[in-house]
Amino acid sequence: MSYVATKKLTVFDYVNYSLLAVISIACVFPFIYVFSVSFTDPAAYVPLQFYLFPEKWSLAAYKYILSTNSFLNALKSTVYVTGIGTALSIIISFTFAYVLTKKHIPGRKLMLGAVVFTLVFNAGILPNYLLMKEMGLLNSHWSLILSGLTNAWSLLVIKGFLDSLPPELEDAARIDGCSDIGVFWRIVIPLSMPAIAAFVLFFAVSYWNTYFNALIYLSDAKKWTLQVLVKSLVIDSDSNGVGTGGSDDRVLPQETIRMASIVLAMLPILIVYPFLQKHFAKGVMLGSVKG
Amino acid sequence: MEIHTQTQPIAERERSHSGSRLWAAMVQSKSMYALALPGILYLILFKFVPLWGLLIAFKEYNPFQGFWGSRWIGFTNFSDLFSSEVFYLMLRNTFAINIFSIIFMFPLPILLALMLNEIRHEVFKRINQSIVYLPHFLSWVVVASMTFFMLSTDIGLINKLISGMGFGPVSFLSNPNLFWGLLTAQSMWKEVGWGTIIFLAAMAGVDPQQYEAAVIDGASRMKQIWHVTLPAIRPTIIILLILRLGHMADVGFEQILLMNNPLVNSVSQVFDTYAYTIGVLGGKISVGVTVGTFKGVVGLILVLLSNFIVKKLGQEGIY
Repeated sequence: MSYVATKKLTVFDYVNYSLLAVISIACVFPFIYVFSVSFTDPAAYVPLQFYLFPEKWSLAAYKYILSTNSFLNALKSTVYVTGIGTALSIIISFTFAYVLTKKHIPGRKLMLGAVVFTLVFNAGILPNYLLMKEMGLLNSHWSLILSGLTNAWSLLVIKGFLDSLPPELEDAARIDGCSDIGVFWRIVIPLSMPAIAAFVLFFAVSYWNTYFNALIYLSDAKKWTLQVLVKSLVIDSDSNGVGTGGSDDRVLPQETIRMASIVLAMLPILIVYPFLQKHFAKGVMLGSVKG
Repeated sequence: MEIHTQTQPIAERERSHSGSRLWAAMVQSKSMYALALPGILYLILFKFVPLWGLLIAFKEYNPFQGFWGSRWIGFTNFSDLFSSEVFYLMLRNTFAINIFSIIFMFPLPILLALMLNEIRHEVFKRINQSIVYLPHFLSWVVVASMTFFMLSTDIGLINKLISGMGFGPVSFLSNPNLFWGLLTAQSMWKEVGWGTIIFLAAMAGVDPQQYEAAVIDGASRMKQIWHVTLPAIRPTIIILLILRLGHMADVGFEQILLMNNPLVNSVSQVFDTYAYTIGVLGGKISVGVTVGTFKGVVGLILVLLSNFIVKKLGQEGIY
C-alpha cells in the first residue's frame, strides 16, 4: 500500500510485479496468438511453427470469411437480435423497475416477490423450449430476443439505481402538473442516462454472446447466429477440417480462417470493452453486494 | 406523491370501505400499471407459464397428445430417474466439478486481489486490471475455441510445442482424467480477474491508519496483509463462500456442452446437459423435465439455505 513510508521497491514488490506480469501475459496470450494467426499470409503460414507476430501480414482469411454467405447471414442475424433485443430490453427493464420503486402502488410487493422468485427458481431448459415451440417461435429470432428480454438481476440493479435518484425532482414535476408517464419520460429517463448506457452494453453483450438459446431454438442453419456458426466452424470441424473439400475456395489453410472467425465473433466486445469495464466494475458491486 | 399523501387521511377515516380505498389507489396508479404492463406480461408468460411445464415430470408426455392428453403417472419418472445409473453419474459429476471449482477457483480471486492491492504504481495496476477483466466478457464459444487452438491434438499450440520437442501429442481434451481440471482451468482464465473486483472493493475500505499502526509496530508487508488486510475482508470471503456453496447444484452448462465429446461423457454428464440431450435431442420430454425439476428443486433449497445462513450472520442476502 502507498501508506508505507519508504518509496523503495522491496523484494516483495519485485516478486509481486513479476507474478502479476506473468498472469497478465497468460490472460492476453491467447488473444495475441489468435490475432496473429488470423492475419498471417496463408502462403507464408506454416502449420507447425509459431510466431508471435505474422511474418507476412494478410487480410486473406478475413476477405474469405466475409465473402461466405453463411458468415454474412449469421452476422446479420446476430446484429438483428442484438439490436432489437437490446432496445426492447432497455424499455421493458426500466419501465418495470421504475414502477417497482413506487411504494404506494397496490400490488408492488407481489410484483417484487415475483421478480425475486425468478432469481432463485427457473423452470429449466425443457419447459422453456416447449413454450417457444407452442408459441411457434422455434427457428425464429424472436425466440432469442424474448428469452433474454430482462432478468431479475437487471431489474433489481436498475431498481436500486432508480431508488437512489432524488425524489424532490419528481415531486416538483408532479406539482407542476406532470402526469406519471410524463414524470418518467421527462425526469426519470434523463436522470438515468448513465444506468441506461451501462445496461445497453450489458444487454448487447449478452445477446451477442448467446449460444445455448440459439443452439436449441434455431435448428435451421440459415437462421444461425455468429456464436453457433463459429462453434461449428472451429470446434465441430476440429477432426475433419473445413479445408478438406478440395474446391479452389478452400486453398487457404483452415486455421487462419477459423482464427479470423473467432476474432470477428469477439471484435464488437473488444471495441466496447473500455466502456464495459468502466460501467461494470460498479455494476458488479451493486449486483453482488446489494442485489 | 403529493396528491397521494393528501388523500391518505381521508381514506384512513373510511376504514369500512377498505375495498374501495384499495380500488381508488389502484385507479390512481393506473398509468403506473400501464408502465409496468410489458414487464408483468413478460414475467408471467416467460417465467411463470413455463413452471406449468414442470407437471410434465408427473406425466408420460406424448407430443402428439399434448399436455392435456398425456397420461398422469405420478412419481414413476422420478423413481425411474433415481434407479438409473446415469443419475448417480450426474450427481457425482456435478459434485466433483463444484468441489474442484471451490477448492481451486474460489481462493484465486482473493489471492489476485491481494496482489493487485499491493501495487503502488497506478498505471501498472490499471493495465493489469484491464487485462484480467477482459476474458469475463467473451462468450463461452470464443473461450472454448481458444482452448481448442491451445490444446487440441491436431492444431493445438501446446501440442505443437510438445511434438516440436519430440514427444507424442497429449490428448488434453479427450482424456476423462483431465476433464474436470480442464473445466476449472478454463473458468479460471475467464473469471478469476473479474472475481477480484468485490475483494478489491472490500480492501479499499480498510482504514489506512491500521497500516500505519502496523508499520510502526514493525510489521513487514506480508505481516500487514496477514494481520490487517485479510481480517478486514474476512466477512466478504465468508459471505461469498456461503453463497457459492448455495450454487452447488449449478455447473457451467454452456461450457460443458462446448467442451463435451464422446470420450469424456462419463465425467461430463450433468443434469442440464442430460436434460438437453435426452429431452431436446432425444425427444424424451418427460425424462428431461424430470431431471430439470429435480435439479431446480435441489438448487432452490440450497440457495434458500445459504441465504438463510447469510442473513443469520447479520448480512444482506441476495434478496
